[in-house]
Amino acid sequence: MALSSKTKAVLLGPLNKNNPIIVQVLGICSALAVTSKLEPSLVMAISVTIVVAFANVIISLLRKTIPNRIRIIVQLVVAAALVTIVSEVLKAFAYDVNKQLSVFVGLIVTNCILMGRLEAFALGNGPWPSFLDGIGNGLGYGWILVVVGFFRELLGSGTLMGYQVIPQSFYEAGYENNGLMMLAPMAILLVAVIIWVHRANNKELQEETN
Amino acid sequence: MNRENSGYTIIYASVMVIIVALGLAFTHQVLIEKQTANVNIDKMQQILRSLNIDASADEARSQYDALVKNAYLINSDGTKIEGTEGTTPNDPAFSTELGSDDTAGLPVYEAEVEGTAIYILPMRGAGLWGPIWGYLAVEGDGSTVYGSEFGHASETPGLGAEIVTPTFRKQFIGKELFKEGNFVSVAVVKPGRSAANRDYVDGISGGTITSQGVDKMLLNSVGEYKSFLMNLQAAQ
Repeated sequence: MALSSKTKAVLLGPLNKNNPIIVQVLGICSALAVTSKLEPSLVMAISVTIVVAFANVIISLLRKTIPNRIRIIVQLVVAAALVTIVSEVLKAFAYDVNKQLSVFVGLIVTNCILMGRLEAFALGNGPWPSFLDGIGNGLGYGWILVVVGFFRELLGSGTLMGYQVIPQSFYEAGYENNGLMMLAPMAILLVAVIIWVHRANNKELQEETN
Repeated sequence: MNRENSGYTIIYASVMVIIVALGLAFTHQVLIEKQTANVNIDKMQQILRSLNIDASADEARSQYDALVKNAYLINSDGTKIEGTEGTTPNDPAFSTELGSDDTAGLPVYEAEVEGTAIYILPMRGAGLWGPIWGYLAVEGDGSTVYGSEFGHASETPGLGAEIVTPTFRKQFIGKELFKEGNFVSVAVVKPGRSAANRDYVDGISGGTITSQGVDKMLLNSVGEYKSFLMNLQAAQ
């Protein structure tokens, strides 16, 4: 299936030059909160991708019927319903991960990425581009979470997905896990480093200095 | 059709809410059985951890059935309330939530490990950000701690949340809840400090309020089982 250049931009843009976290700086709160381990980061990334994609499709299908005065309410109801379903499914099939994510699954509703995409894209585009836009933004959000979660778990706990990867001999030689990695401040520093690297590679994102 | 008409808006909102409500109610009904099973298995894992056994979710049920021989509610005199025995999730001991008002008594789980009886007492208290809870396994002499398990809703990761780690929990093993016949509980003190006339363990550095919460929980929640523990001692 060949994608036209416009659909490609819709799908791939958010992964790089239009990334919700590192360019638009949206959805930071949950990105800091759930990334102390890799597994919850992955589950959160998948959950947000699913919710954004389907909320986009539903709003896009309804876009010609939604009364303008209550459009934000309609978006919220759709998003909240999807989030509740995701949360119920997690409780039934991934109870441990759900416990780690605690309130943050419910808080996907308040994720600016979600409302932003519904308002900015789904209300004005058809279901298929909206779906791709949702997937793109979900993945754009997700890959940052996974990268941050990877480094925080590796350096903070010496494990990945719960498995010990830093050998015991390192600890015997005096290596210590970095406890700061487990706290939110380190997550924002990691996000900042990603933003730094990303901007250094994309000159057009840099503001003009005067 | 005029989308800005008030009547249309009201009907639109009503229909949407009804559809969403039906959808969510349906999802909940379909998944509730599986969710309850998960919650019960999680509780069994916690009880097993208080016996120093780390069971995976798959083997929790069989381990629990093998080790926990009896469970019942006790009244304030520390005597068993007749007709409340049973270890399954539907029985009164397992389904009783500490802290709710309409409970008939305090739950006690009786386990048998290598031929000796262990009594497991649920606990509930307050941490820094939210509730904390736990299970304390006491040996048949009614005073010696066999093992402990702690859980929390939202303590700070890396600080207060460290109460769930084995390093913290294992400190309680072998501590005495009674000194010279009086219930004194086990104190949680700042690392390096000590407590007069009580057995004590080191708290979490940087998790002072949570450590104090554990200290209070041990004193209050286990204190409610005082008569039960004294009955055990008298029976020795």
